[in-house]
Amino acid sequence: MKIDAQGIYYRDLNNTIREAVQAGTDEIELDNVNGQYFIGDGINKPVTITINGVPGNDLGAFMNGATIIVNENAQDNIGNTMNAGKIIVHGHAGDVLGYGMRGGRIFIGKDVGYRVGIHMKSYQEYKPVLIAGGKAGDFFGEYMAGGVLILLGMFTDDPAKDKHGYLFGTGMHGGVIYVRGGVDESRLAKEVGVFELDDSDRVELEGYIREYCADFKLDAAEVLKEHFVKVLPRSKRPYGNMYCTMPK
Amino acid sequence: MKPQPTHIFQKDISNCGLTGFVSKKGQRVEGAVIIKSISLMHDRGNGLGGGFGAYGIYPEFKEFYAFHLMYENAMALQLTEEYLEANFHIEQQEDIPTRRIRAIANPPVFKRYFVTPLETDEYREAVEYQGMTDSDIIVRHVMAVNHEIDGAFVVSSGKNMGAFKGVGFPEDIAEFFRLEEYSGHIWTAHNRFPTNTPGWWGGAHPFTLLDWSIVHNGEISSYGINKRYLEMYGYLCTMLTDTEVVAYMLDLLIRKHGLSPELACTALAPPFWSLIDQLPSNERELYTAIRQVYGSALLNGPFAILFASNKGLIGLNDRVKLRPLVCAEKDDFVYMASEESAIREICPAPSRIWAPRGGEPVIAMVEGNV
Repeated sequence: MKIDAQGIYYRDLNNTIREAVQAGTDEIELDNVNGQYFIGDGINKPVTITINGVPGNDLGAFMNGATIIVNENAQDNIGNTMNAGKIIVHGHAGDVLGYGMRGGRIFIGKDVGYRVGIHMKSYQEYKPVLIAGGKAGDFFGEYMAGGVLILLGMFTDDPAKDKHGYLFGTGMHGGVIYVRGGVDESRLAKEVGVFELDDSDRVELEGYIREYCADFKLDAAEVLKEHFVKVLPRSKRPYGNMYCTMPK
Repeated sequence: MKPQPTHIFQKDISNCGLTGFVSKKGQRVEGAVIIKSISLMHDRGNGLGGGFGAYGIYPEFKEFYAFHLMYENAMALQLTEEYLEANFHIEQQEDIPTRRIRAIANPPVFKRYFVTPLETDEYREAVEYQGMTDSDIIVRHVMAVNHEIDGAFVVSSGKNMGAFKGVGFPEDIAEFFRLEEYSGHIWTAHNRFPTNTPGWWGGAHPFTLLDWSIVHNGEISSYGINKRYLEMYGYLCTMLTDTEVVAYMLDLLIRKHGLSPELACTALAPPFWSLIDQLPSNERELYTAIRQVYGSALLNGPFAILFASNKGLIGLNDRVKLRPLVCAEKDDFVYMASEESAIREICPAPSRIWAPRGGEPVIAMVEGNV
């Protein structure tokens, strides 16, 4: 099903999408999207929504099982508290990506903004994976509690920009970050450390990279031939002693 | 018993929105374009403030200071006009054209005056014995009107520019002020969601002084420090909201103290000490000096601001980027907005589109003497 979103108010557009999903449509293509908020929010059926244009903020929030493919750039707050499903953005994405994400996949083709993967978490079989193909702003993996963040630094509109910003991993206390080609250790937050991958890391990482490369039609061997490092939290309770010493 | 919902799902989630653009070659663009851009971000505001800054709109009076005045009562109008007549040569005065529309309730009265300072005794005293320039004298008069005449507010006071603002959504304010009838080479626009201060006509953005204008998304938690610092230099804050200090601070830093726009931005949003410590010694000395001298100019809290003057348009974020700002280029145009879609709405295929780093100003100056 195709919908021309030209000039349609976000509430009307989202009502149309929800009605189509309710009626059993499993493929929805939106043309001429520009700035409409909340697309795909709370959708809990395995439909595919393809977006041509730049969707507005809070794309795929609380999403539970749908797939969203954005063929151009996307804005801020993508995949807030997303539970399951997949969001693929072929261009760049903005700030606060994957906020509190607790399952599913977010794959971004190019650069991402500030606070990517903020407070991602995982529990039992729920393990969110967020991959950015380009470069990232400050506070990458801020307050991260679980799940997997991967930064490739390969596909960017700004070759002069640094691969990642400052305060990398601030407040991180769970999960893992993999970075292709190493990190700038002077920009890491004090809560995290850099480690080499072990064999089980390599198997896990390769699986995610192969899935990412299949979605973006890239050569996985090319992506994987560079050395990766992993960034892990030094503590599960980085602020346990911030206000007073915790009793043992 | 039916389960009760835990949230009010119809809640509106809003925040301020801003957008602006400059033609570096000085091509004049009609108001309809900026209206289209800000209207796309309708839901970032709540109808309690909208406004526009427009440059290059009064070419026939470009040698005169264009005073946009807002009057809440007839006495304010009478007292202000007596004040202006005593201190200025008034080349032209007129009502600012407006259109009555249902969306705008109880608007104040708006007039504009194209003026130059009169050579009064007070003027000669200021120039000859206090070393003041015409710009300083205009600032003094703006402060005097805003502070001393109850119900009169100078909305803008620069040459060949004007601010148009009030209580309403920006598209309603544009319709009220017939903005589609103006053309300019720099435009800014703001959609307000007031949080800490009242939604009144003077509190809408932009805030201006001379030809500076500021639109702002965020909140300046250092307002008290900034305000007291500015008061030492004769700037009086009368608009009941935080953004006002940014307009006066830039006038102080750039026009009075002669800082470049880059250094002025550094004073407002300097690097953290921990980063300064890592820099090479010449940069470390520069940033240390800026932070030591201009500690009271630092803006704390989340912000994205656009500030414009006749010379160009500058966008700036707080140091940790707690508010959105996206920039784009196409030919000689530079665009800056809270959302990429607001740029795409008026420039569908920019040659470059990017999100600047926190604290890193994006500076787009006009070329030559536009």
